[in-house]
Amino acid sequence: MSTPTLPARRRRAAPAAGTTPGTSQGPPPRRRAALLPTAALLLGALYCLLPVAWVLVASTKSGTELFSTFTFLPGSGLGDNLADLDAYRDGIYWRWMGNSALYAGLGAVLSTMVSAVSGYALAIYRFRGREAVFNVLLAGVLMPPVILAIPQYLLMAKADMTDSYLSVLLPLILSPYGVYLGRIYAQAAVPMELVEAGRMDGAGEWRIFLRVGVPMMSPGLVTIFLFQFVAIWNNFLLPYIMLSDDTKFPMTVGLFTLLAQGSSTPALYTLVITGALLAIVPLIALFLVVQRFWSLDLLSGAVKS
Amino acid sequence: MPRTRREANGRRRPYGARSAPYGFLAPAVVLFALFFALPVGYALWLSLHKVDVEGLGLGRNARTEVWAGLSNYTAALTDAELGQGALRVLGYGAIVVPVMLGLALLFALLLDTERVRARAFSRLTIFLPYAIPGVVAALLWGFLYLPDVSPFHHVLGRLGLPRPDLLDGGPLFLSLANIAVWGGTGFNMIVIYTSLRSIPAEVYEAAKLDGATPLQIALRIKIPMVVPSLVLTFFFSVIATLQVFSEPTTLKPLTNGISTTWSPLMKVYNDAFVAGNVHAASATAVVLAAATFALSFALLRASNSRAKQQGSR
Repeated sequence: MSTPTLPARRRRAAPAAGTTPGTSQGPPPRRRAALLPTAALLLGALYCLLPVAWVLVASTKSGTELFSTFTFLPGSGLGDNLADLDAYRDGIYWRWMGNSALYAGLGAVLSTMVSAVSGYALAIYRFRGREAVFNVLLAGVLMPPVILAIPQYLLMAKADMTDSYLSVLLPLILSPYGVYLGRIYAQAAVPMELVEAGRMDGAGEWRIFLRVGVPMMSPGLVTIFLFQFVAIWNNFLLPYIMLSDDTKFPMTVGLFTLLAQGSSTPALYTLVITGALLAIVPLIALFLVVQRFWSLDLLSGAVKS
Repeated sequence: MPRTRREANGRRRPYGARSAPYGFLAPAVVLFALFFALPVGYALWLSLHKVDVEGLGLGRNARTEVWAGLSNYTAALTDAELGQGALRVLGYGAIVVPVMLGLALLFALLLDTERVRARAFSRLTIFLPYAIPGVVAALLWGFLYLPDVSPFHHVLGRLGLPRPDLLDGGPLFLSLANIAVWGGTGFNMIVIYTSLRSIPAEVYEAAKLDGATPLQIALRIKIPMVVPSLVLTFFFSVIATLQVFSEPTTLKPLTNGISTTWSPLMKVYNDAFVAGNVHAASATAVVLAAATFALSFALLRASNSRAKQQGSR
């Protein structure tokens, strides 16, 4: 586990004063860019962008252009492709997008709430069984989805809940990784003095959590929300198993079924490609927008002051 | 450590402070019981039972669940298809894990290099695939592999070189591994980069005074210091690899090279939902889970003893 070092030292923030014996005094000479490392990083970035660039181009092609023109040559069919996708089975694609947004949005909100309150409790209070509860919850991280999926399906079937929105939503609310992150953030960000002060003022524990805990943990909570949002948005196995009614599919399962049909009718390929492009746009947009509000580093559980 | 009862009582606390944590943890505990503990228990129960069919299996009481002992397990462990699936996934993992973590470490070290340019851009771009669902990633790469559409095939064809079928045989492993590497490098890079950034500055200053080159610093100081996070990323990568499902499932419609039992997880799905034998599927799932746990504990123990050697905390 990467233990958080608090306060983490940022070495670039404080360059040693130029008084070290044996080094030249005064301002350092204009520094050259490290060309080789930069080039290697850009190469990595190029590799990561390749499929995204391809899907951008491919979605502009008509069905015949897709198979006849060079792959990175733009085509003329973007408008038609979008219209076709929109018309496909009365716009079921938008329904899949809406479902994904619902599963991921609502699921991530609930999951963040549960992670926040559990992490806070595990960090702030000392009580009998604390470590036992934490370890058991954390063991859930190791629990392979495969061992859970079949019995979850059968139990949902017994409760007559398969093929419902709840069957996909409920099992994803508790995230062991979210609880783990919640505890780390609460430990690092919520000072015990403030909790004690709240008690002195006669505030109840729940009120202290809401007024002191939640605001101080908020950068961490944004990270947990995003992590959960991505995890549910990207989830395939659970909805694939639980759902048979395609109006309840999230986008991943919808696109998969479209591709599976496309293998017999290649005309559907353009729909799949256009659908794939539209499917990655919201998450990329989300990442670019929230970039300012969260730190990628928080995702690994490292907390900085 | 939880303090003793006397200590807790000796300290004046407003009403509720002692019961509060239990209330706060109630939602998590209830959800855990319903969606983790209960299903696991049920899976174990299922794996130890089988369906007894009387006559033609028609009528209300013709099918009853009876105790099967370990027969589902012996069937799973001696199943040739499962063994082949496990071998395929091990081969796939032997490519994915070293390449992905090697690249993640390399990019993290490069990001941590002084005077490197385009740092923020590369960091975000390499991380970007994390936001793209495995199904969509497999789908995009699937088209890039598909002979009629693939730019690689186009370029190789122009050059008059042989064009390998990227969706069958040996190349299929590389093609699938590439999807996992593409999707996972960025996240692991962030984990390693974060732990690189927490190395105290004095360490580098001392090394520089001793005349160490950037490469020596990377090899002798940085890499040893990030071993704990490498162990962590290794650990999660191995678990994820053993459970590969959505990528081969997505590529399946594009090729005949992927069977319905290509990976063990696909076999579990197939047994449970296509063949309708949830008992056999549960036994296979439990075997996979046990293998995962055994591996996890072995890795955790290795990393713990390593951490103790380093004397960190």
